[in-house]
Amino acid sequence: MNGIWHSLLIRLPFEWAQYAFMRNALMAIILIAPICGVLGTLIVNNRMAFFADSIGHGALAGLAAGVIFGCSDPSISLILFAALFAIALVMLRKITSASTDTIIATVTATTVAGGIVILSRGGGFSKFTRYLIGDILSISPKEIYILAVVLIATVTIWLVFFNKFLLSALNVSIAKTRGINPFLMELLFSIIVALVIAVAIPWVGLFIISSLLVLPAAAARNICNRVYSYHIFSVTFAILSGIIGLQLSYSWNTATGATIVLVSAAFFFITLFFRKK
Amino acid sequence: MKFQSSSPCGLCCTRIAGLNVSYGIEKILSEINLHVHCGELTVLIGPNGGGKTTLLKAILGEIPFEGELRFLDPKQESNRKPSIGYVPQKMEFDSDAPFCVIDLFASAMSSRPAWLGVSDNIRQRALSALERVKISHLLDRRIGTLSGGELQRALLALAIEPLPTLLLLDEPTAHVDRNGMELFYEIVTNLKHTQDLSILLVSHDLPLAARYADRIVLLDNKILAVGSPADVFGNTKTIEFFGKIEVPEYNSIKSFKYIDGEIHA
Repeated sequence: MNGIWHSLLIRLPFEWAQYAFMRNALMAIILIAPICGVLGTLIVNNRMAFFADSIGHGALAGLAAGVIFGCSDPSISLILFAALFAIALVMLRKITSASTDTIIATVTATTVAGGIVILSRGGGFSKFTRYLIGDILSISPKEIYILAVVLIATVTIWLVFFNKFLLSALNVSIAKTRGINPFLMELLFSIIVALVIAVAIPWVGLFIISSLLVLPAAAARNICNRVYSYHIFSVTFAILSGIIGLQLSYSWNTATGATIVLVSAAFFFITLFFRKK
Repeated sequence: MKFQSSSPCGLCCTRIAGLNVSYGIEKILSEINLHVHCGELTVLIGPNGGGKTTLLKAILGEIPFEGELRFLDPKQESNRKPSIGYVPQKMEFDSDAPFCVIDLFASAMSSRPAWLGVSDNIRQRALSALERVKISHLLDRRIGTLSGGELQRALLALAIEPLPTLLLLDEPTAHVDRNGMELFYEIVTNLKHTQDLSILLVSHDLPLAARYADRIVLLDNKILAVGSPADVFGNTKTIEFFGKIEVPEYNSIKSFKYIDGEIHA
């Protein structure tokens, strides 16, 4: 599979296609982008952009926890922590009466500060900057397989639970009369978002992961009326932004993740002109 | 609107007996006894904080309560699985959210995810559901472009597809203009007759309640009065709360007589 991909791409008349790391990065982007496009549809609908941002930032504390407990691979503590963080946020939202914004901001501030304090002890923070801006060019074939698994899992969950997610977000009581447990759905959706963010952070960077989740869907929303077209355009914008952004970052010699975000922002602003009535 | 005389069976009912709800030491609802019959529109009125919404939430199973809640079929057996249709006051969504009425129905009626498109079968069923509330032309309209009244009718159509044992309406016309309100109530009245529905409605609009209700329940932590609109709005307690409300005469024509409708305050 991996071999076919590389032998196909190397024939392309692009300079970047000669480098294995660029071919790997392109594959990774083609896997991450649809995940972001799909999850983004409901993140935007449910006004969870801030939540996604917060999970990304809170992941710093996951790294810190990994350092404290001496994990050889910090991505495991990152994933575990992101899931726990998401559960905590959903629970807090349920039991407190403070506004969601305030809860998320408070919890995020605490975890980010805690994470930085621990990671910066002894002046060693620089080795973690990779997690801030991401480094998709260093992705290995084995790690690409992990992304493929995440993509398949996301699509499967979307097939089974999408309708339930949608109804739960619209009205809790209507969802209940249809035999759905809205709280469970909210929890499940939040955990999936958290896991995807945690898996993607080393490659995309925690500064911009939420933009990748939000922008393609927000652009699609500008021009779509139906749920299916919303998905088609969101995924298309995500993939196009990824591919164009990777090329541009190669030509400009810039950080790939941030360049991709700029391209998706461009899609958003262009679609604003074609806004539906 | 003419009221059809197709007689409801009047035998299936939702029976609430000795229902109590408390938060901590505070009792929100105490000793609620109420029968909601099919083919009948029961309207819950009462002051704010009187427990109207709490009662609906208890019936919906969203808050714990003591007491009995049973759905009885015509043979007075409760073996049938009860189902509830619910129309909320409003829904939370952005007006430019990309989903249409058909997407709403598809996501509620079909196991096929709405993002894979809608099958012809579901489309037909959604269309005939909307036909019941006279808005089949809105099937492909984005939800955010509907007027308040249109949206409530779409939600009503959704709530009675499939037909529930009990239909709960929580101030369904709170965000609807006057014309839309009248239309909504006329449609509800029509459905009540043609579909033989049991309906429990919370309303702040007392004149409308007086015109369309078969039975009014005055609730302030406990049931203070129950009966026909003429009875309840003539009751001194109701007048104390709300002043004098005109009850149109024709209302009494459409109220039905029941054998065991006696409710205890």
